Amino acid sequence: MKWKSLVKVALRSIMRNRLRSFLTMLGIIIGVGSVIALLSVGKGTQSDISGRIQSLGTNLLIIVPASSGFGGVSWGAGSWNTLTMSDVDRLERDATLISHASPVVRVRGQVIAGRNNWYTQVQGVSPDYVDIRSWPVDLGAFFTEREMKSMSKVAVLGATVADTLFPGIDPIGARIRIRNVPFTVIGVLSRKGQNMMGDDQDDIILTPATTALVRLSDGKTVNSIMASAVSEQMVEPARTELGLLMRESHRLKENESNDFGIRTQTEINETATSITRMMTLLLSSIAGVSLLVGGIGIMNIMLVSVTERTREIGLRLAIGAREADVMVQFLVEASIISLMGGVLGILFGFAAGAVIGKLTSTSIVADPLIIVVSFLFSGVIGIFFGFYPAKKAAALNPIEALHYE
Amino acid sequence: MPLIELKEVTKVYRMGDIDVHALRGVDLVIEKGEFVSITGASGSGKSTMLHVLGCLDSPSGGEYILEGIRVSGLGNRRLADIRNEKIGFVFQGFNLLPRTSALENVELPLLYDRAGRIKDPERKAVEALTRVGLADRLHHEPNRLSGGEQQRVAIARALINEPAILLADEPTGNLDTVTSMDIIGIFKELNSQGITIILVTHEPDIARQGKRMIELRDGRITHDHTVSASGG
Ligand SMILES: Nc1ncnc2c1ncn2[C@@H]1O[C@H](COP(=O)(O)OP(=O)(O)OP(=O)(O)O)[C@@H](O)[C@H]1O
Ligand SMILES: [Mg+2]
Repeated sequence: MKWKSLVKVALRSIMRNRLRSFLTMLGIIIGVGSVIALLSVGKGTQSDISGRIQSLGTNLLIIVPASSGFGGVSWGAGSWNTLTMSDVDRLERDATLISHASPVVRVRGQVIAGRNNWYTQVQGVSPDYVDIRSWPVDLGAFFTEREMKSMSKVAVLGATVADTLFPGIDPIGARIRIRNVPFTVIGVLSRKGQNMMGDDQDDIILTPATTALVRLSDGKTVNSIMASAVSEQMVEPARTELGLLMRESHRLKENESNDFGIRTQTEINETATSITRMMTLLLSSIAGVSLLVGGIGIMNIMLVSVTERTREIGLRLAIGAREADVMVQFLVEASIISLMGGVLGILFGFAAGAVIGKLTSTSIVADPLIIVVSFLFSGVIGIFFGFYPAKKAAALNPIEALHYE
Repeated sequence: MPLIELKEVTKVYRMGDIDVHALRGVDLVIEKGEFVSITGASGSGKSTMLHVLGCLDSPSGGEYILEGIRVSGLGNRRLADIRNEKIGFVFQGFNLLPRTSALENVELPLLYDRAGRIKDPERKAVEALTRVGLADRLHHEPNRLSGGEQQRVAIARALINEPAILLADEPTGNLDTVTSMDIIGIFKELNSQGITIILVTHEPDIARQGKRMIELRDGRITHDHTVSASGG
């Protein structure tokens, strides 16, 4: 039998019941679509995420108060904010396995520069922060130990803040007001982009931690301490050492549990991958269920189609169609429905991927292999679920089929 | 060699515990170029015999030889091929594909022309439709054709693969008297061009239009005679 005529017959039957055919395809569209969206976003995200984790810093250790919920550590009663500048001093003085350490004092507030204003995050840090996060300045300079000691009211702007407050203007030397406290801009950080959560890391202002503590915050609360281990191999030993030093600094007795937590870059890495893995699993199960439901839908519609066209099948048998011809005809129809669903699903998937990509500013990767595999796979679904109805059509008795009412 | 030879052909349908004897030993020889009408009461086995002759059904017993080929005992695939190459069917209910032009309906059997006997399907289909007087209805779909015209399309479809025999089961059953005579006229014309025709009908007027009449009763041939030229 001629393939052209087979396809034509199948298309005619599909077009005769446009809405029905489309609804039948829906399961395949959603199934293939989510696979495509998942893979195109996933592939982009994976490379983005590893890049962003690198952008977090090198051999990073982060000490947080136990109350912040990291790592499920319990905390001492009445002392939920437990990090202070003296902890930082202690670590800088006694820790041997870290090369840098910096307090992080976090406040949010309104920033005014001339007629422009902007609500952003201000972090009080030490000059070590530049090395810990491998985040050099683009313009001007970062503040020094001396400015830290003297509690200078100097600020280094993130690229986004600089763009917003000083569009097209060199901000170095300009005066800004953070929470109504006047500061002088001395530098602009290089652009870092988004972090794993999709937050703009450049929407930030850095000031000396001492200044931030006294002028912008409550004078004592250090939100976290960031440190760099001397090498990648030393991250775990450094964690142990920092733990011991912190316990000493907090004068914890032997039976008292830590009132702080220490996280390392590896853990953050693992969290990120486990989140991606969960997303992947979720989307794959949606895809799997949709494809199964789509396949059953195709089977159902093909059974209806066989019943509706019993007389046609009888006629075809009478004019010389072999059973195999009838079978192939219905298999072709099922596969075409499924392939159309596959193509629509591919388009839908990329559209969805593009939207997700836009929303999260991740890159989309269109892998031709994924397209080909999805296309072929939807064809296989059509053949698999079309098999039983086609078999049923081919097994019809020609005489009975001819006289079917 | 006769075109068709039935030897002691029987057909038994099993209905649960009961055997229904539709044909009880039919002997029949039909030569090329004949125009045979088969008549008989309802349930006498006319359709059953036509289905056997058309290789749509295999006999339970006896032998069927078509153009020297022993058809009884062939497998489904071979039977399908024989139906495509040697037999044209016309049914009471026309059985045209809906929403499909006359031309495409007529071309349908060529889809299964595995041997590739017919070279130019479209030209052949136009030719067949012209033969039944529908040269001006090529692109009409069945719902825009009268019953008589639909049956002519069905006849054209039966002709397209140049069959040895044209089998018709009550082809005028759904048509009025005038249209019935038109259709019979087409059969007579085709027969005069050399096509063998076997026509099942229960209308005596129609039956008399053939050259030979066979009457079935209870699965057996009870009368078999040539129709006199005067028409009776
Ligand atoms: N598929 C079947 N299963 C069981 N019995 C059948 C079947 N087909 C036909 N018969 C029986 O065989 C007998 C002959 O049937 P057939 O259809 O050949 O009669 P007919 O002469 O064509 O009648 P009519 O003029 O009503 O069309 C009938 O008794 C019928 O009930
Ligand atoms: Mg009958």
